[in-house]
Amino acid sequence: MTTQLEDALKRAKSENRAALIAYIPAGFPSYEGCKKVITVFQEAGVDVVEIGFPYSDPVMDGPTIQEAATISLRGRTGAPQVFSTVKHAHSVGLATLVMTYWNPIEKYGADAFAQEIASNGGSGVITPDLTIEESAKWESAVLSSQINSIYVVAPSTTKDRLARVASHCSGFVYAASLMGVTGTRTSVSSGAEDLVSRLREETTLPICVGLGVSTREQAKSVASYADGVIVGSAFIKILLEAKSEAQGLESVRALAKELALGVREAR
Amino acid sequence: MSTTEILGHFGPYGGRFVPEALIGALDELENAHKSAIDDPLFQAELTELHKTYSGRPSIITEAKRFSEYAGGARILLKREDLNHTGSHKINNVLGQALLTKRMGKKRIIAETGAGQHGVASATAAALFGLECVVYMGEEDTQRQSLNVARMKLLGAEVVPVTAGSRTLKDAINEAMRDWVTNVETTHYLLGTVAGPHPFPTMVRDFQKIIGQEAREQVLALTGRLPDAVLACVGGGSNAIGIFHAFIPDSDVQLIGFEAGGDGVETGRHAATITGGSPGVLHGTRSYVLQDANGQTVESHSISAGLDYPGVGPEHAFLHDIGRAQYRAINDVQAMQAFKLMCETEGIIPAIETAHALAGALEVGRELGPNSILLINFSGRGDKDVQTAAQYFGIPL
Repeated sequence: MTTQLEDALKRAKSENRAALIAYIPAGFPSYEGCKKVITVFQEAGVDVVEIGFPYSDPVMDGPTIQEAATISLRGRTGAPQVFSTVKHAHSVGLATLVMTYWNPIEKYGADAFAQEIASNGGSGVITPDLTIEESAKWESAVLSSQINSIYVVAPSTTKDRLARVASHCSGFVYAASLMGVTGTRTSVSSGAEDLVSRLREETTLPICVGLGVSTREQAKSVASYADGVIVGSAFIKILLEAKSEAQGLESVRALAKELALGVREAR
Repeated sequence: MSTTEILGHFGPYGGRFVPEALIGALDELENAHKSAIDDPLFQAELTELHKTYSGRPSIITEAKRFSEYAGGARILLKREDLNHTGSHKINNVLGQALLTKRMGKKRIIAETGAGQHGVASATAAALFGLECVVYMGEEDTQRQSLNVARMKLLGAEVVPVTAGSRTLKDAINEAMRDWVTNVETTHYLLGTVAGPHPFPTMVRDFQKIIGQEAREQVLALTGRLPDAVLACVGGGSNAIGIFHAFIPDSDVQLIGFEAGGDGVETGRHAATITGGSPGVLHGTRSYVLQDANGQTVESHSISAGLDYPGVGPEHAFLHDIGRAQYRAINDVQAMQAFKLMCETEGIIPAIETAHALAGALEVGRELGPNSILLINFSGRGDKDVQTAAQYFGIPL
């Protein structure tokens, strides 16, 4: 059995292009607003959505996602809201992932969390601060719920460790393009391409690249060597700066369409 | 009973919950720490710094007048407040600064709550010629403005952190973000026994000299071991420092005093073991103040240095196996003990330390006049004069 995520990546590959993966925290800009953004993602050509579980201490996130998390938490977003947002994303036909720091999973219970993801139509979970040494409980939860487990590797990850982390992944391996926190950058680090090529030697899984991608040009460039392009902060920045919800949604749509073109014109 | 450490774990606690980008730096640090421990040159250099720079061994002071208020128990104070920079923090900082040099890094970053660890870090940076950036919650920069000035005088850059609760927790978040970005050139000089492996083990190794010295000093002075060893617990470095040498002495009670703030029952406190539950914060599994969704809850204490919603994983383990006990001391109790120490012994304690002193009043009454209590007098109170003056209504 394959997950909807695996199917989406396969479909993109068969079209000789990278997949476009878009990130939005649950509950941002509001509980209902987030669902509208997800619908817009789908309409604009996004392949996979990554729903963030907002967390009080997001040490891997830059100011943009921190602000979104603060807004979301102020709106009392918790596990039930995250799961219902997953359900919505699945219902509009997007392959759906949740990205979360580890403690909310630990608090909810690893098995129960994985089951909720599966039963709401989610394909898997990205756990950026769960090291493979601490992952035993999560691995068994993921196996029994038949969802994908996605870990993040960095430019500093050694060859030996790339192989080990990749062996714990299913669906894809998340390659962080640079050493640093999330946020838009004027250019995508050249370290990303090097990391992807080192990773190709260790795994046959698809490799998706995130951190710092915000424009059609950057998406095109990353799509020339990666199987998926992940964009987060750029969408959030638009929504934070929007004068109204309607205007924010239209700007998100415009950017998503541009990015969808970017991943299609690389090869 | 001794603590077990397997891959940086203390029972179910400890470990590493960090982005993959930090694994290389944590491995490098672990290796540097391991090789330094076995290197007589490193140890000689550290010992020399202790002797000629920070002023070790620290003395023991018997608090005879204070004892009258503590059920007549013999009260022995291990005077870490007399160290250079005014607290136990320098012990860890000198060790890690030497490791920074060993790893060939030129820049250190640190978090600070009360400012004691920031001052100690700025001091070591000046001594070793390192660039130093200290992250400090904006609220703490206001209540500890004197220490901010000290850090700046020592040549450090102090970055006020405006995110979240604007206290120690958020300063650590910001320091971790800096570290992920600049890990190649920068060492994160973490100030307590929390954070990802190897920090809890390494910081404890640099602080355990407190208990090693004190155990010999108490034996020499009284001919026996103390009945109880007491310390305040925020992250828990001064506590683990004085507890560690006594862990095998099963007759010696180990008691940590957490910051009860307005009272644990009010929810406005920083008593992580007393009022929290197991979870993950800042790279380690331990007790955490958290809500039903695993979100960290803001802590509250009159003491900036104890105002932290986490605690070192070794304390969580010592608590669970029953080797140490942890109690809460609220703001009022701490400030009463603060004043009592000033007026009976002529020593102004840090408000952090005052929590352990309030604990001594409690434990002394429980154990009675024939008992001996050893207390880690972790820091001096100069930095708290403004807070205390306000609290007691002394015009400035």
